Amino acid sequence: MSDTDRIDARTAKAGTREPLTGTLIFERGAEESRCVEPPVLDVPSVDLEDVLGGHARAMAPALPHVTEVELARHYEHLASANFGVDSGFYPLGSCTMKYNPKVDEWACRLPGFARIHPYQPEETVQGALELMWGLQEALAEVAGLPAVSLQPAAGAHGELTGLLTIRAYHTANGDPRRRVLVPDSAHGTNPATVAMCGYEVVQVPSDERGGVDVAALKRLLDTDVAALMLTNPNTLGLFDENILEITSAVHEVGALAYCDGANLNAIMGWSRPGDMGFDALHINLHKTFATPHGGGGPGAGPVAVSEALASYLPGPVVAQRDGGFAFAYPERSIGRVRSYAGNFGVLVRAYTYIRAVGGDGLRDISGQAVLSANYLKTLLADAWPVTYDRTCMHEFVMSGGPLRKSTGVRTLDVAKRLLDYGIHPPTVYFPLIVDEAMMVEPTETESKGTLERFAAVLRRIAEEAAEDPGLLHGAPYSTPVRRLDEAAAVKNADVAWSPGDGSGR
Amino acid sequence: MRFIPVTCGEQDEMLGSVGAPSIDGLYEDIPAGARLTRPLDLPGAMGEIELAAHIEKLAAANEDGSRVVSFLGGGCYDHYVPAIVDSVVSKPAFFTAYTPYQPEVSQGTLQAIYEYQSMICQLTGMEVSNASMYDGATALAEAALMAARVTKRHRVVVSATVHPEWRETLATYVESGTLDIVEVAAKDGVSDGAAIAAALDDATAALLVASPSFYGTLEDLRSLGEAAHEVGALFVVATDPVLLGVLEPPASYGADIVVGEGQSLGNAMSFGGPGLGVFACRKAHIRQMPGRVVGRTTDVDGRTGFVLTFSTREQHIRREKATSNICSNHSLNALAAGVYLAAMGSDGLAGIGRASVAKAHYLEDALVATGRFERVFGAPFAAEFTLRYRDDVAAMQARLHESGYLAGLDLGRFSADDAGLVLFAVTERHTRAVLDRFVEEVSAL
Repeated sequence: MSDTDRIDARTAKAGTREPLTGTLIFERGAEESRCVEPPVLDVPSVDLEDVLGGHARAMAPALPHVTEVELARHYEHLASANFGVDSGFYPLGSCTMKYNPKVDEWACRLPGFARIHPYQPEETVQGALELMWGLQEALAEVAGLPAVSLQPAAGAHGELTGLLTIRAYHTANGDPRRRVLVPDSAHGTNPATVAMCGYEVVQVPSDERGGVDVAALKRLLDTDVAALMLTNPNTLGLFDENILEITSAVHEVGALAYCDGANLNAIMGWSRPGDMGFDALHINLHKTFATPHGGGGPGAGPVAVSEALASYLPGPVVAQRDGGFAFAYPERSIGRVRSYAGNFGVLVRAYTYIRAVGGDGLRDISGQAVLSANYLKTLLADAWPVTYDRTCMHEFVMSGGPLRKSTGVRTLDVAKRLLDYGIHPPTVYFPLIVDEAMMVEPTETESKGTLERFAAVLRRIAEEAAEDPGLLHGAPYSTPVRRLDEAAAVKNADVAWSPGDGSGR
Repeated sequence: MRFIPVTCGEQDEMLGSVGAPSIDGLYEDIPAGARLTRPLDLPGAMGEIELAAHIEKLAAANEDGSRVVSFLGGGCYDHYVPAIVDSVVSKPAFFTAYTPYQPEVSQGTLQAIYEYQSMICQLTGMEVSNASMYDGATALAEAALMAARVTKRHRVVVSATVHPEWRETLATYVESGTLDIVEVAAKDGVSDGAAIAAALDDATAALLVASPSFYGTLEDLRSLGEAAHEVGALFVVATDPVLLGVLEPPASYGADIVVGEGQSLGNAMSFGGPGLGVFACRKAHIRQMPGRVVGRTTDVDGRTGFVLTFSTREQHIRREKATSNICSNHSLNALAAGVYLAAMGSDGLAGIGRASVAKAHYLEDALVATGRFERVFGAPFAAEFTLRYRDDVAAMQARLHESGYLAGLDLGRFSADDAGLVLFAVTERHTRAVLDRFVEEVSAL
């Protein structure tokens, strides 16, 4: 079927414009087209073959040849086929897709931040170091843990860092241990991180209230356990009521407690992981302190630890020295986990955000995030059952199991139908322990009206499922493309264009 | 500033519906001992106007590239970023989106990643690229882990000409004892081929080298690659992708995995982060590759579309058996790289490379001619080079800083063996006039 045959009601309204996506940048422009001209060479030209000692490139890479207007329109078309927080409601559980203030974006682009080099003398970057120091202090206060390294580049990178720190601690004590306990509700990154650190993963079951099964935990704890890795509030959106008993049981066998800080947005100013008995925590700055997720990154995953672990943190960290600020390396550091000092651009955004809202503002943010989640859960209570019906934190998990049983409509179908209503679906099929899971996180930046509209749409979809399940199996109908053939994507493994693909050039 | 749209009145209504007397009531599951009963000890909120002034003051306390002439490199470079790049990455539909889990409303991100992957393949000559990693250092570490999975061997040999911070990162990643690292000292600023050949054995999963190396030198990749393959190890080459407009792609030398720091492709230096980890390999190894991959496919109506693919390697499916714990990429930086490469095209990229190389050679000649510096290595270099300063490096740098220059990177800070050596990086942004003035200052030392 050609593009012109495919004029449906939607495209006809917009005229016969070309499809927004699908045409690659390589297929646009013309051989002689240019966007940016190469610089004028104002020094004597060199013979590349000669100065590069035979390493000069023989055949040019096939990069696009486009003018600036073609480039601008190409990416504008791509952007219009994308959904972001600025496009609409994005209740993606566990991802904390809140609105990000524009002032943070402005801040990180200031030349004084964007155009500085990591190896500049420290006296030439005092503003940057002061900002990093201020952020370290703020994160330590929110975490209730005294020492912070800003180096990790993402949440999962923070997990790796935290666990390596714990590993170094045990090793230094002459007590290498082999196993790490991870609840069955944990993010997939947790067990993967444990394995990367060379530990054996042992799964801990959840109890009937959605928390850690304390009796089962105690049976698994022995002196071969290096750590428990726990998300609290957990991925069911529940605060573990037994947290103090859990961390103290972990400590009793000489193990340490690691907190996955993915859900920090629920508790800032209300409860601190350090006060819960955790020894280490990573903080997803991009989730909690409002850095846009950028289509999947970059983020930043600083790690906060107890006094006992502080000297093992990766360097550099920032210290106050002689009335100024300087990089410092913890004494028994595990070493660096990446080059330079961290995702500084993300650190600028986080610092700016924290200063904008202040300490009380952080507490208000968490309070509202929790209230919004509970309000939404209440609005949906009769139509969409929640597996663990307790007061939730900033997110909750509904089960599409009953809907599937009564109508054959799966959670995936519901997710796709939501797209037709202009709403990004919640996280689906996670956590794994809930049948047909749908995990909703509204965040504090959504209005009461938006929450009510979402509830109304979900109710309407439940009605649609009962009336006409086929409608939902076929959804979505209004998106630039519809359900994609993922099996073919693996089978054909078309993961890069090459000149042989028929670019027309 | 307040970014919560719910009013106090609405908050009361919501509490009423939930059946909670107050927001405090929603936190009753937190046991008393774990509750914070005082306000956070942090500064108070600021309005946007005073906040902006505070942030501007911090930014102004840094000497950025518009205020000093810098010759600092070492993996982070001040190449020009075309205006179109920031215009594209500033589009909220790109930067406020999340991981493209719902492909129907993420085609922009997905197609942009597919195009980025394609461009990286074109540059490196490899068949597949992932959607990017954190930075060059983590890409190198993940390459070592991947090589171990592919070869089922446990030893990696790394040349000491690889960036010291990348080697440190590699060491941290394999701290768990899953891999042994053998580091081979450099000789005359390049990898010591004979020592590397001696270090390789049939337990070696990979040989890791960099070209351009940390000293700026171009390595004899062909013979290093042959040595690696002779023992059945994978050949991992780290490179600076912006120079691949003029340098032969690593694939031509038999590279099995190519990694690199992609910051120089349209991304600000930003004090060293976020960067962009380039990671490409041969198609045969795609299932062992870490990170995300986007594939092209069709939808139910036959339209071309893009999806995250090969996800059965990933942590959300395989959990502890995943190829790595990575659940993100540096998507926005990869987008910037894609826009940059499309804006440049192959001619433009070659022009950037040619200008950087010509200016670097111009400066090197001129600095040697001052008599203050001398050549120490004979190997060819591209846009970054190492010279020995004949006197005290710190005093020279302090003096030149007073005149507005950051006069290269003192390699003595990384290794006592390299004391006296200074690494200079030159980009297309350095004009001849600037280079000449700098040389005059050096002559006057």
